Formats: sequence, C-alpha cells, structure tokens
Amino acid sequence: MGESRITKLFQSTPSGAGGQRILNVYCTAGYPQLDSTLDVMKALQDNGADLIELGMPYSDPLADGPVIQNSGLVALANGMTIETLFAQLKDARKEINVPIILMGYMNPVLQYGFERFCKEAAAVGVDGLILPDLPEYEFETEYGAFIKQYGLDFIFLVTPETSDERIKKLDSLSTGFLYAVSSSSTTGSDKNMTDVNTYLQKLQAMQLSNPVLVGFGIKDKQTFDTACSHSNGAIIGTAYIKALEGTNDVAATTKNFLKTII
Amino acid sequence: METTYQKPSSQGYYGKFGGAYIPEMLHRNVEELQSRYLDIMSDAAFQKEFRALLKDYVGRPTPLFYAQRLSTQFNTNIWLKREDLCHTGAHKINNTIGQILLAERLGKKRIIAETGAGQHGVATATVCALKGVECIVYMGEKDIERQAPNVARMKMLGATVIPATSGSKTLKDATNEAIRDWINNPNDTHYIIGSVVGPHPYPDMVAKFQSVISEEMRWQLKEHTGKDLPTHVMACVGGGSNAAGAFYHFLDELSVKIIAVEAAGHGVNSGMSAATTQLGKPGILHGSKSLLMQTADGQVVEPHSISAGLDYPGIGPMHANLFESGRGIFLSATDDEALNAAFEVSRLEGIIPALETAHAFAVLHNYKFKEDDQVIICLSGRGDKDLATYMKNM
Repeated sequence: MGESRITKLFQSTPSGAGGQRILNVYCTAGYPQLDSTLDVMKALQDNGADLIELGMPYSDPLADGPVIQNSGLVALANGMTIETLFAQLKDARKEINVPIILMGYMNPVLQYGFERFCKEAAAVGVDGLILPDLPEYEFETEYGAFIKQYGLDFIFLVTPETSDERIKKLDSLSTGFLYAVSSSSTTGSDKNMTDVNTYLQKLQAMQLSNPVLVGFGIKDKQTFDTACSHSNGAIIGTAYIKALEGTNDVAATTKNFLKTII
Repeated sequence: METTYQKPSSQGYYGKFGGAYIPEMLHRNVEELQSRYLDIMSDAAFQKEFRALLKDYVGRPTPLFYAQRLSTQFNTNIWLKREDLCHTGAHKINNTIGQILLAERLGKKRIIAETGAGQHGVATATVCALKGVECIVYMGEKDIERQAPNVARMKMLGATVIPATSGSKTLKDATNEAIRDWINNPNDTHYIIGSVVGPHPYPDMVAKFQSVISEEMRWQLKEHTGKDLPTHVMACVGGGSNAAGAFYHFLDELSVKIIAVEAAGHGVNSGMSAATTQLGKPGILHGSKSLLMQTADGQVVEPHSISAGLDYPGIGPMHANLFESGRGIFLSATDDEALNAAFEVSRLEGIIPALETAHAFAVLHNYKFKEDDQVIICLSGRGDKDLATYMKNM
C-alpha cells in the first residue's frame, strides 16, 4: 500500500522559517445542520485548513468540554448517525482533497461493527481515525488489525502526563501523526499554555517517527503560533465550533474565522 | 492468570466484559491505581486501619437478622443483612473508607465523587470530613431535587455539590462530569467511584472493599444455623456495588443461587426502565465494556427508575458476566412493586428500606422459594432519604 494522504501532506508541505504550520480543524458532523457537513468541510478546505477532523457525535463524550458536547447533542438531535455520515461522505472526494480524519468514541463504532466501520470509512475516502477511548492494549490485541487492513491511519493522543517510554510506544503504534494534548484537560479548556513549550520541546527532542500536531486550547493566532513553534502544526476545535454557533452562512463564518488564525 | 466469577483477568476482564477504555488523559492515574491497588490493599497496616474503621466508625459487623414475619409470609427462611445500620445509612461507606485510605497512600489531596441517590456522596463527604480532605461531589440536577436530604447532609459535612446538567441529569451524567473533573485535575485528585463500574481496577477494587458484606454473611449464617452456605443471596443492582459485596464470597460456590434485581421502572418494555440486562447490549460506558442500554446507533439511552440509585443505563462488568454466563439469576421489579415492597417490609419487620433495596424485596412475590431454603437479602440502605417519595404514596 502506498503512503497515506496524511503522510503525503506532511512530506509535501514545505517548512517555513518556523517549521511546518499544518492546520487541522475539528468540526462535528451534522452541525450546525444535519446537511451542513460537506459545506463546512468545503469551507475549511477553501480557507486554508490542511486537514479536517470530523467528529462523530456521541451522547457521552468524556474527553470533551461543554462546547463540543453541545455541538454533538445538536447533531444527534438533527439526526446524525454513522450511517448518515457515510452517506454524506460518499461523494465528498469529488470536492474535498485534504485528508479527512474521523474522531469519535468507541461505543457507536462498536455498534456499527468495528470492521464494517473501517471498511466503509476507507471506501468513502476517510484517511485516519482518532478514537480517544480505544486503549493501546485493545488496539494491539483486537482492533488495530482492522484499521491496518483497510489502510487507515490511527492517531494516538499523548499528554504532558504521558511518560517518555509510553510516548515512544504510542508513537510506534500511530501512523499519520501523533496528537499532543497541550494540557491536562477536556477540549476547550482555558488552561494557560505557558508550560506547553517545555513539553513540546521535549517531544521534538525525542525524534519521534510521526509528525506532531498539538491540540486542546488552540483558539487564536497566538496559541496557534505557540503550538506550531515546536511541532508540525495544531488542531483547532472548540473555538471553531463556537464560531459556527448560530451561523446562517457557514462559508463566510469559516472564512472570517480562519483569517484570524492563519 | 486464572479468572473466576470473582476475579477478573490482569487487564480487568470478567469474561468479555471489563477493561479500561479511557482517554489518554486518564491513563497515568488509572495505571497508577492498576499497578498499586492490590499491594496497598494487602498491606498489613492498611488492613489494620481499614478493619478498625469498619468496626469502630462504620459499626461493623452489621447484623444478619432472621426476618420472622417475612419468612412466615413467604414460607421460607429470610435473613436480612443489615447494611442499613452502617454509619450514614447504607453499604456505600465500606468502599469510601477503603478508597480514602488508598487515596492517602497515593498522596492525593482532593477527592471527587459521583452520586445518584446521594448515599455514595454522603459516604464520600463523610470520610473526607474524617480525614480533613477537600471533597467535590457531582450529582445530577434531577437527583438533587429528589434526594434533597442527602444534598443537605453532604453540604453539612463540608462537601461541595456540583449539579450535572447534561443529558438525563442523573447518575450517568454525574459520572461523566466527575470523569471530566479528573481529566482536568490529574495530579492531586483521586476519584472515588461508588459502584463496581468504571475502568479497571475500579470494578474489582470496589467489589473487594464491599466484599466484607459476604465475608460477614458466611460466618454469621454459620453462627446462627450451623450451615456453611445459604441457598440464595439476593440484592438490588444498579451499577451493582451492594450486590457485588453480597455475592462476592459466594460467586465461586456454585450451590449458592445468586439473584440480582434490577429496576424495571414503569415496566421492562415501557421505554421507561433501567433493567440493563434485559434491555442492554454489549457496549462501552464510563471506561469499561459491559451491558449498556443504547440505541441501534450506539447512543446511550436515558434510563428511568423511581430510585435514583438504580437509575443507570449500565451495570458493572462483573454482573454482566454473571448474566451472560448464567451464573446469576436476573430479575426485575417495577417502581410500583418496589414501593409496595417498601411498605410491606416496614410493616412486617419494622425496617424502612431504601427504595433501591425495596426492589430486592419486591421479587419475593414472583420468585418461589422452598420451605427449607436459606435466603439472604442484602438490605443495602435505609429509607429515610426516600421519605418524600414514600409520603406521596401513603
């Protein structure tokens, strides 16, 4: 199998003076409207997002703060399901060229059928998965084989609390990139990022096999710049979902939002 | 490692249920618990302190009482394990005493907990007061309303009660909020889970702390009757902590029938129920794989029970395995059946049980015991907290 779309992105993106500045933006599938998923993705691509992380809504998202929780509840109320999402993504590759990552929690995926999920995700052009409550033991013993079989990347999270030994292990299991959580928090936290430099410098010095994207607490140009200074780029989620709240014009809102970041 | 009904695998699996499905942000804390809980709990000094507090503070051993009039009514032998006589009024404190001592040894200065009926919240606030430790309890907004006396008790004990306003505003959501708090406070905080749910090692750790219930049942029954084993042990099950404690030392004694009673709410098929083994499918909630009430799309269903302590869409992985393997007999009682049973037990035995516990008594009407059976019912808590509900139904 050739290199994944995600790997190619990191390989082909030139490093400026401050290194790579890959921008991954999170959005919740089916938010703000059930059928706005593709419009949101298109707007993100058109306005400078290098990767799109598409959240699959879940009733009990443990790692998420109130803003993303709420977007998930709205999406569920709109009728979003994995089945519907795959139907929406069926023709996405006609318009969307950037890598697509599905992010979600294990339970809906298990009910859909893990292998069936991987197969259909790959078939509609999804490139990678982030499942924060799939631990590495179960990944190695049960689920990782399906992910690999269908050529999907799998991205593990590391945090400032993760030991060096474990960072190396999770890096060795990840493909595409490694997701560095900036501070010990749920998404959208306002914890300050003063210590994040030390942590990111440590990761940089470890010479990991994957590029590193930083997420959690990235909300504006300043935090994006801080995150990028010692990594390959960053992930923005909560701030973008906030921007989408109540909007009637996804394209304009996205354009205005990303203008403030890049 | 050999697993039994009682003992999970090294990865925390009871059959196919259990494990630790947690985001990386919780990994260090959960792994620390996994690697240390058995050593800490088997340490002689720990056991000495734990046993002394159970005896002198909680008031253990709790009596095993022969319920004469209930026995006559149902033409069998019914024994009541009086966990309602524990300090704070329920079995929950067996676990919180254990976990506060554990937290102390882990150097944690801040305690968080979730609570449904408020019994676990009160038991946690109590041990935090005893040890002078900060205590934050998450409780569903709906439960705060229906369990007002316990909210007042927690506050009087110095705890901060934070309402969980998401989802069904009950125990599931309080648990979500407690887990999110732990993610945000990884260094100084220990999460005292109140039931045999959550990521490994919680189900095993909580079951072990609660196993004092069945440990006492065994020697007490022997003392009363000369018999080594009862024929049946019964308990109500939400997450399942009193049941785990009551069943624990009988799980691998296959002659003893294990009866777990779930909350059927308005009826198992009414759409307003919390009978997880009847309605659930394998799924993942709060860090472990178990049976879970959910939609076809894998969204967690909001359960219903009149009793806040059983109003939970999941069940501990140990119990899910007892159900799947056929080792346990799983029955259910509706809101109305539980209410009637609470009045019946009050009048026949002079004991007002908690609404949760009343579910276990309700199935006496549906399950046929033999005249010479020796049936132990875990009377997990007292009914003071439910007086408002009881008064409405007088």
